[in-house]
Amino acid sequence: MKIQDDVLAGLIDINSRVLDVGCGDGSLLLYLKKNKRVDGRGLEINQKNVQECLARGLAVIEGDAEKDLINYPDNSFDTAILNQAIQQFYEPRKVLNELLRIAKKAIITIPNFGYWKVRLSLLLKGTMPVTKTLPHSWYDTPNLHMSSIKDFYNLCSLDNIKVIKSISITSDKISDIKTNNLEVKNLISELGVFLVSK
Amino acid sequence: MNIDYSKVNKITINQSLKLDCGVTLEKFDIAYETYGTLDETKSNAILVFHALSGDQFVTGTNKLTGREGWWNLAVGPNLAIDTNKYFVICANVLGGCMGSTGPKEINPETNKPYGLSFPVITIKDMVSAQIHLLDFLGIKKTLSVLGGSMGGMQALQFCSLFPDRTFSSIPIACAASHSAQNIAFNELARQAIMADPNWDSGNYFLSGKVPRNGLAVARMAGHISYLSEQGLQNRFGRKLQEGQGLNFSFDADFQVESYLKYQGYAFVDRFDANSYLYITRAMDYFDLYRLNNGDLSKAFKGTNVKFCIISFSTDWLYTTEESKKIVIALNSIGAQVSFVNIITNNGHDSFLVNEPEFFQTLKGFLDSTYEEFKSENSR
Repeated sequence: MKIQDDVLAGLIDINSRVLDVGCGDGSLLLYLKKNKRVDGRGLEINQKNVQECLARGLAVIEGDAEKDLINYPDNSFDTAILNQAIQQFYEPRKVLNELLRIAKKAIITIPNFGYWKVRLSLLLKGTMPVTKTLPHSWYDTPNLHMSSIKDFYNLCSLDNIKVIKSISITSDKISDIKTNNLEVKNLISELGVFLVSK
Repeated sequence: MNIDYSKVNKITINQSLKLDCGVTLEKFDIAYETYGTLDETKSNAILVFHALSGDQFVTGTNKLTGREGWWNLAVGPNLAIDTNKYFVICANVLGGCMGSTGPKEINPETNKPYGLSFPVITIKDMVSAQIHLLDFLGIKKTLSVLGGSMGGMQALQFCSLFPDRTFSSIPIACAASHSAQNIAFNELARQAIMADPNWDSGNYFLSGKVPRNGLAVARMAGHISYLSEQGLQNRFGRKLQEGQGLNFSFDADFQVESYLKYQGYAFVDRFDANSYLYITRAMDYFDLYRLNNGDLSKAFKGTNVKFCIISFSTDWLYTTEESKKIVIALNSIGAQVSFVNIITNNGHDSFLVNEPEFFQTLKGFLDSTYEEFKSENSR
């Protein structure tokens, strides 16, 4: 998604060190390498994706973030990225804190379960929502821990994590999320992007 | 089989080489082969390191034995390591028996074969010898140094010793040190050779009687360790020899027995028993942890080499865990490291057989690295 890549790239410093956790086929890393000249690394669980990354000249390790992040030294990256993956971990809270041990800042994006279409779908149909950002049925979804933008904010304050910037994305509309518009943004955002630090 | 060694391509290095054991070789030979052509910017040279039982004949036909090259499936025109594109170099290791200086060769001081008077060599010695070959070929920096098993160890050692001489490295199915199990298997092999009366304390060149049985048993033990339990089971199970029942004797009733015997005795015709002792010893002594006071990352501190570590899921000789330790060490110093663990039933031998996911990984990494290296060199 081009617009998302642009939003994420806007949060990354030029020439910085970036770890993309769950980097997929490396599209975002490649984009950041070209546009922000980052020194990028990836961690990816799917071997086909890792092979694709290698063929694109990226340094990517095949591994499971939940098991392997522990092997990364403290503060070894400027920014760690977790793009629409936090909901797939057994222990998302632990992963989030690990990212902030490894990197000075982390960028987390979440498919927002507070989005009105998601809420309405459950309210009217009475079944688990299936939408553009949440395309799976309840029985085959890889998503274990869905959250809303508000939920993520609450976790950050619980763990003393500073939200430096948060951005709402709905289709191609981008806007800032602030504490005074949180209720509204939680309702109208498909996707939440958070730049956080300890 | 009588091998005509006069057909070997080799260079004599007239510089002394101080070995880890303290002995200095005043001069030494390196037998080598090359495939493909070096490009104008010298960006396409790949130094392949062979494993214990390998030699410099990576691909095509081994002109000494008439056998196929040991990496015919991975190296050649349009293959993962494409010789239409890359200039592939492979040298017989120091201590080997395909023309490089080793126990089979004539000791210039005595004019007799070295036998056990040959000094004990290490992986570091092997790599230090081969840097002279790159100098001879006029290659300042290779695109990649790579190999499987002991070849992977040489790749790691090369990057630690000469980080500026290669742009990338692919250590495959290897470890940064030999485990107790690895050493145990090698000791079994050595004891089998030394228990053969023909071995004669390594002086079998005097009697002309080769310790065939000992070397064959050594190779059989090795072969078992190269395959996975599941792989052996799938291939042979309890299948008996064609058209036979149980013979109630100790001849080869089972197919797996005749397979092992075949592998063992075929090896005897092309390999030197003393070389087997020396090379297995070099592998046992390999320990990049100890060389760096237990901290493997120190072996690569400040490195600019791009690494791609590859392991195989059923390799119980050089396990995925051992490869991961290398990945972790490199990662901890911010090195450019990639890692893939290939899921397969083929055990340690996976790198030598048809393993499409492995080849694809190899090709993808090499081709993209080549583009990067080429543009760096033309700047």
